[in-house]
Amino acid sequence: MDVTALAAAIIAAAIVAGTPMLIAALGLLINERSGVLNLGAEGLMALGALAGFAAAHHSGSATAAVIAGALAGAAAALLFALLTLTLLANQVASGLALSLFGIGLSAFAGKSYESLSLAAVPVWAIPVLSDIPLLGPALFRHQPMVYVSWLMLAAVAWFLHRSRAGLVLRAVGESPVVAHEAGYPVIRIRYGAVLAGGALCGIGGSFLSVFHTPLWAEGMVAGRGWIALALVVFATWRPLRVALGAWLFGGMLIAQMFVQGSGLQWDIPAQWLSALPYLATIVVLVLISRRPELIRLNSPVSLGQPWRPDH
Amino acid sequence: MTQRRAFLTATAGTGLLAASGLAIGQAPVKAGFVYVSPIGDAGWTFQHDTGRKQMEQALKGKVETRFIESVPEGADAERVIRELAQSGHQVIFATSFGYMNYMERVAKQFPKVAFIHATGYKTGPNMGIYNARFYEGRYLTGIVAGHMSRSNVLGYVAAFPIPEVLQGINAFTRGARSVNPKVEVRVIWVNSWYDPGKEGDAANTLLSQGADVVTHHTDSTAVVQAAEKAGKFAVGYHSDMSKYGAKAHLTAATHHWGEYYIRTMNEVLAGNWKPGSLWGGYKEGMVKLAPINPAVPADVRSAITKLEANLTAGSFHPFAGPVIDQDGKERVAAGKVMSDDELGKMDYYVQGVASRLPKK
Repeated sequence: MDVTALAAAIIAAAIVAGTPMLIAALGLLINERSGVLNLGAEGLMALGALAGFAAAHHSGSATAAVIAGALAGAAAALLFALLTLTLLANQVASGLALSLFGIGLSAFAGKSYESLSLAAVPVWAIPVLSDIPLLGPALFRHQPMVYVSWLMLAAVAWFLHRSRAGLVLRAVGESPVVAHEAGYPVIRIRYGAVLAGGALCGIGGSFLSVFHTPLWAEGMVAGRGWIALALVVFATWRPLRVALGAWLFGGMLIAQMFVQGSGLQWDIPAQWLSALPYLATIVVLVLISRRPELIRLNSPVSLGQPWRPDH
Repeated sequence: MTQRRAFLTATAGTGLLAASGLAIGQAPVKAGFVYVSPIGDAGWTFQHDTGRKQMEQALKGKVETRFIESVPEGADAERVIRELAQSGHQVIFATSFGYMNYMERVAKQFPKVAFIHATGYKTGPNMGIYNARFYEGRYLTGIVAGHMSRSNVLGYVAAFPIPEVLQGINAFTRGARSVNPKVEVRVIWVNSWYDPGKEGDAANTLLSQGADVVTHHTDSTAVVQAAEKAGKFAVGYHSDMSKYGAKAHLTAATHHWGEYYIRTMNEVLAGNWKPGSLWGGYKEGMVKLAPINPAVPADVRSAITKLEANLTAGSFHPFAGPVIDQDGKERVAAGKVMSDDELGKMDYYVQGVASRLPKK
């Protein structure tokens, strides 16, 4: 295999491996920018994975799978919103509970789907672009959902930093008191952010079970929800950095596998190689986001604090 | 009845049964099973549960079973095992390596209960262990893979570099090279027993780097599915995984616990069960191959059938010398076979594995 083809294969696989985390992390970003910390990502992704798989199995449509994943994630997130925004329960505890609940419920409800498999969603080569050497096979020969994740990234970045609604959302996350005094419906905005976050986590899960490895099995999210949560923090709540982190993580994951599978006689312990994606992602994101004043500027000040208007 | 009363009655009951060499024809003997993962549809736990069902069927009316799945290897395991002992289970099977120390602790507190642990090395006056020589099946699947490879590169997705996994990789490699000396085996460690996403990525990586037969020592079916998608071959593990890749699935090294469970429960019923250490293989019916893909030529199948007979008879050992490791060092001299002790301490790759073993 020549070097260009190898590089293209690595980049293509890296993008796919990073996509579930990217989609979920974008959701969590919206969620956290409104000042609400939802640690339930792992459970939301599990529910989305099951719902997506079930929908794809019954309808045969990948679009239906993505919608089902979004609905499942949003429904579970609604429960979380009720607990934390209306009943003012502790966000950390509720999020952890949601995570366990989602994993457990998906395992219970998904029993009958365990032995089934889906036809793989075909790759969609973009005309002209996919013929560019190196970049074509690396970037433009993917399943359609991968391109959708790029559109999602652009949409979230635009929404948070270029739109008025995004400005309001960030203001709510900064100081719910001030936003409330200025006349914005803080609780309603936060409900919206939590639902959007849940929906995107669900879509991330359905990407895993329908597009990436077309199967459903209990525990298949395998920690990706937690990685998405960590990515948002290490990327200091900036959408492009979140995406960079997700792809970098996927990239290191795949690259270390290529090193292992190359048959090269390197004396690097495989445990180190497995730890590499985590290490590299943290180091890179910490380095590019190391200025304390920028971290302060970007982190939502009211994150995780229960708040309710008193008048 | 309060819980304490229930507990007293139950333990008194076990004592009585054990004292009388187990009263036959009375209430059925209760056997408990502890599983590390969900039963699912294929894999390690699925095979144990299949064995449990076979045993229950064979000893209908005499044995009653109960199982608890997804028990983590930690303090929870001790609680679950103790609960089974307290609720009158006279035999408890724990089926994962990480349960061993917890089971040992509970075993000391319930001397009348039989504790039986799959894998591991600790035994006691009422605790025995059992395990299977999975490497025997691996060797045979290696022969099939070696025959079917055109690129002479085989891929192996592995979880953790422990002796049992290394036995599998080395046996597979030796089997493949016994029929195709040009073949090499490349290993990717995913450092997880179960992560379909990573397992699939690793399989795809191996396939895109030239491997045309992949196998795995992890728990999901993702590797077989990846091979099916890529139009290449795969060898399954634990269970027959052919329904996840009808074209790709060449065969699988499968586990069979039913006969062992029936035999053990019969011993318990007869009152002559003794704790010990059983490492069974083809001979004990614990290891078999899944049906071989029609794409595999007939002469290969007949060679396999012959070796199966030899494994059963004990006249063939996958690690019969000379066994040369990757660095050219002779581990077993010609004319000798590797001892169980040496097998249990395996920490190297044999010749033919193209990757480097992770250092400790």
